[in-house]
Amino acid sequence: MKTSRVREALVSGARGLYLAIISLAGSITLFVLAVVSIAFIVLGIGLFTTPVVLAAVARFANLRRVHAAEWAGVRIPVPYRQPPANEPAGAVGQVARCLRMLKDPATWRDLQWLLVDMTAGFTVVIFAPALLLYPVYGWVLALGVWRPIHSAGGGEWYGFIHVTSQMTANGAAVLGTALGVLALFANPAIVRGHFLLARSLLAPTTSMRERELALRVDRLEETRHDAVDTSAAELRRIERDLHDGAQARLVAMGMDLGTIEALVEKDPAKAKEMLAKARQNSGEALTELRDLVRGIHPPVLAERGLGDAVQALALRLPLDTEVDVELPGRLDEPVEAAAYFAVSETLTNAVKYAEAERVWVDVHHAAGMLRIAVTDNGKGGARIGAGSGLSGIERRLGTFDGVLAVSSPVGGPTMVTMEIPCELS
Amino acid sequence: MRVVLAEDLFLLRDGLVRMLEAFDFEIAAAVETGPELTKALAELQPDVAVVDVRLPPSHTDEGLQCALAARRARPGLPVLVLSQHVEQLYARELLADGNGGVGYLLKDRVFDAEQFVDAVRRVAAGGTAMDPTVIQQLLSRRATDQPLGALTPREREVLELMAQGRSNAAIAGQLVVTERAIAKHTSNIFAKLDLPVSDDDNRRVLAVLAYLDQGR
Repeated sequence: MKTSRVREALVSGARGLYLAIISLAGSITLFVLAVVSIAFIVLGIGLFTTPVVLAAVARFANLRRVHAAEWAGVRIPVPYRQPPANEPAGAVGQVARCLRMLKDPATWRDLQWLLVDMTAGFTVVIFAPALLLYPVYGWVLALGVWRPIHSAGGGEWYGFIHVTSQMTANGAAVLGTALGVLALFANPAIVRGHFLLARSLLAPTTSMRERELALRVDRLEETRHDAVDTSAAELRRIERDLHDGAQARLVAMGMDLGTIEALVEKDPAKAKEMLAKARQNSGEALTELRDLVRGIHPPVLAERGLGDAVQALALRLPLDTEVDVELPGRLDEPVEAAAYFAVSETLTNAVKYAEAERVWVDVHHAAGMLRIAVTDNGKGGARIGAGSGLSGIERRLGTFDGVLAVSSPVGGPTMVTMEIPCELS
Repeated sequence: MRVVLAEDLFLLRDGLVRMLEAFDFEIAAAVETGPELTKALAELQPDVAVVDVRLPPSHTDEGLQCALAARRARPGLPVLVLSQHVEQLYARELLADGNGGVGYLLKDRVFDAEQFVDAVRRVAAGGTAMDPTVIQQLLSRRATDQPLGALTPREREVLELMAQGRSNAAIAGQLVVTERAIAKHTSNIFAKLDLPVSDDDNRRVLAVLAYLDQGR
């Protein structure tokens, strides 16, 4: 109990020191850069530097959000607007990106926060290390260091005590000890206070939250439409495949059997020949059904879950694959299927369009998020866009609030990453 | 020869029982679920087990897992696994212990009673029976790799049948050539793939399968 309190106070002190340093150094630097860069927009240069600086500010703020959650359990939601999917590239895109960031109220609140962070934020949090280090100084004084300081003519003040004798130096040690004890109780609260201060500016405001909800409703509506459309199209495809495939073969088999029945006494040789044909038909019907089933819900997925299904998929590919799976449990079936087909489609792209020779697949689950990365050494140039398989994957994942990111410079390599929020069972 | 059979669909189980009985097998038990299979394999000491991959109650790959567990308990226990779909992944797991006495076939293969029964006998005798689909998958993935690409078409055919677990005599019968011709092809294949020559048919098949599956 006691030791854990001491440890907590020490850890908070160290974190406080770190936060104080980055509050001062980071916030001042970024604030100055941001102000200068925005002022330079008039000259044109600012158009190019501002998005970079503001992105750095956002990263700096996000780092503080992460620390707040991990160190003090203070959750600060991320309020930034997402870039639109069709943001143009090149100089035009640069202007668009700059304007989007400047129009985002979260940007301006970030800048306000930088000001508060370098002043109030720093002042609050510096107390955590100070409450640990100052007592040490008190003790050092009491151990005799007061004497040379005093004889050198320095009237040393420790807190409110003017140290001029061993007596007053002892007083300094007592006061220091009291501050040290205070640190035991106050340090975690001080660090927490710093993060609460940050939250007051970094968390989205009510109007921002409302806007976010409206965007979310739009997105849900869109993904729901997509999901309904996709499943209707899937059912139509399955119906057609069954109708033209297995069903037709069974009809043919039935007819053949009828003919065989009539022939078996008249022309046994012919009957035998037709029997072989009927057997072949039944085998082909089975093959077609098997392929169809694989397209609806692959049996390995049902039997083994996503990890092994992806392994089995990789084994079917005509190229070198390296599959790394870290899933300590099973996912919900719909998520599992969506993830599987997304990987399957991505791998097909790698083989068909990228002409890759090697593929790396990485599947893992952490912090309520399934993350899949598929990288190939093909020729690159893949884009999420009208009609590409990647848009299909994006739609499929969208139903589960999942996202898709593609990095595919011309010449390769292509890296497709997918994230789906979900729990393991 | 005593067989333990595990298949959850009544029609198929019944059909298999009748087919195997017609070929003079003794059905020691015909069970429906994973736990029953585990119990039967432990208590009845069959000569061979014929097992469906997917079994109740979990309807996952319970049959395969039971079979693998039983083989760990009794290495080399002959098991022929049947499935509606074949996966190289499962084949690899079955072959992993290197003991032989395993089979992995599509359920379609029971259409051809004689070939199927031949596979059961082969597995029971410690041999191997791999579905042609598995072998084709293995071969197609490595079609252009050297030295596989250096095989003549005939040698590839022989290799494919050999990997399925067929004996030289059976391969000769299927390709309508003499056994001596096959023996010559076989030794060419082994030389080209740089595999150690073995007189033991079962060792030979396992070596070929391990070769085809390696590195992928």
